[in-house]
Amino acid sequence: MVTAMFDDTELRQRAWDVAASVVDPEIPVLTIADLGVLREVTVNDGRVEVTITPTYSGCPAMNMITLEIELALERAGFRDSKVRTTLSPAWTTDWMSEAGRRKLREYGIAPPQGASSRRGLFGVEQVACPQCGSANTEVLSEFGSTSCKALWRCKACREPFDYFKCH
Amino acid sequence: MAVPPIEVRETPLVLYTLRRADDALILGHRLSEWCGHAPMLEEDMALANMGLDLLGQARELYSYAAQVEGSGNDEDKLAYLRDVRQYRNLLLVEQPNGDFARTMVRQFFYAVFADLYWRAMMRSKDATLAAIAAKSEKESAYHVRHASEWILRLGDGTEESHSRAQDAIDDLWAFTGEMFAVDDGERSLIDSTIAVDPATLRPQWLKTVSGIVNEATLALPTSGWMQQGGRSGRHSEHLGHLLSELQSMQRTFPGATW
Repeated sequence: MVTAMFDDTELRQRAWDVAASVVDPEIPVLTIADLGVLREVTVNDGRVEVTITPTYSGCPAMNMITLEIELALERAGFRDSKVRTTLSPAWTTDWMSEAGRRKLREYGIAPPQGASSRRGLFGVEQVACPQCGSANTEVLSEFGSTSCKALWRCKACREPFDYFKCH
Repeated sequence: MAVPPIEVRETPLVLYTLRRADDALILGHRLSEWCGHAPMLEEDMALANMGLDLLGQARELYSYAAQVEGSGNDEDKLAYLRDVRQYRNLLLVEQPNGDFARTMVRQFFYAVFADLYWRAMMRSKDATLAAIAAKSEKESAYHVRHASEWILRLGDGTEESHSRAQDAIDDLWAFTGEMFAVDDGERSLIDSTIAVDPATLRPQWLKTVSGIVNEATLALPTSGWMQQGGRSGRHSEHLGHLLSELQSMQRTFPGATW
């Protein structure tokens, strides 16, 4: 339970840790903190407000993530917490943490390469196979199983794999 | 219809936002019609993904339009409870899918425009529109690349694919002028740097479009006559049919959720 024993800094840290433990329902190895979706946690009079930013305009996971944050905070004893969505600044794959990139690779998804500038979006991409590490890969489809992924294939080990697109 | 249409107080900013929202919703719906019918699995997923991007953009824009209007409407009411004459989208985006070449030509014309438009709108003085633009421009960049590759493949492919792509270009060309048209309400938003003057985007649009079309061994029509009407609610017969499907659930079971 939230009591007066905690000052706002401690509360904020606890609330952040709780919110940061929520995972992306479509890529459950990534937390919303790994993704860079979790932007801010504030506490006012013991009430928590969490700010998140959507990844892609149409990403259906956002509704689910909002609900999961509210539930996680409720379970941790925070009452009447609020989740706010902000559009600005726009989310970019540059915000994905190093830990997140490593977890993605281990999960079998190639993490986004380089920076999300226009050059990054359209430059020649070399994506290493998350299975065997070979750079001898090719794109099968720019659009994959979710908004954030493209479908690639490794020409060395012949395995198809998902690539988390630069955005 | 079981539910009467809503009334929308169309101030210049509400109307402006609705027009862009309607473009995204209607084109997104058209792309979704391919789901399960595309020529190959990868393309089925690509079209559905792009439809989802557009639907997401539409939702942000509708929510903002409803907020600016402040009359108790919301994204769902704006999408489901306006009649065909209240829709403000471009005639281009409501045109039927036709064959795959026609869908790709329509997509190509719109995506090249949307890409330039959203990039310019990132500098809008309206913070919400600028934020929506920053999100949408990355998505439209992918749409341009996808459509451009198909125009090249279709135009420079077989005799059959070439002639189908050329027919689509010839038929859809007359709907491209509306993208660059401006009325008095929009002019006031342009003057206050909330909106972008689309006429300034036309040279670059034409350069990109003609570049790809020529590389694909296709040709743009020389006729300059352009059809308009969508922005003020005068639509082709196709939009009513589209809306009857898109809206049937909410019109039959008002407020239904699941």
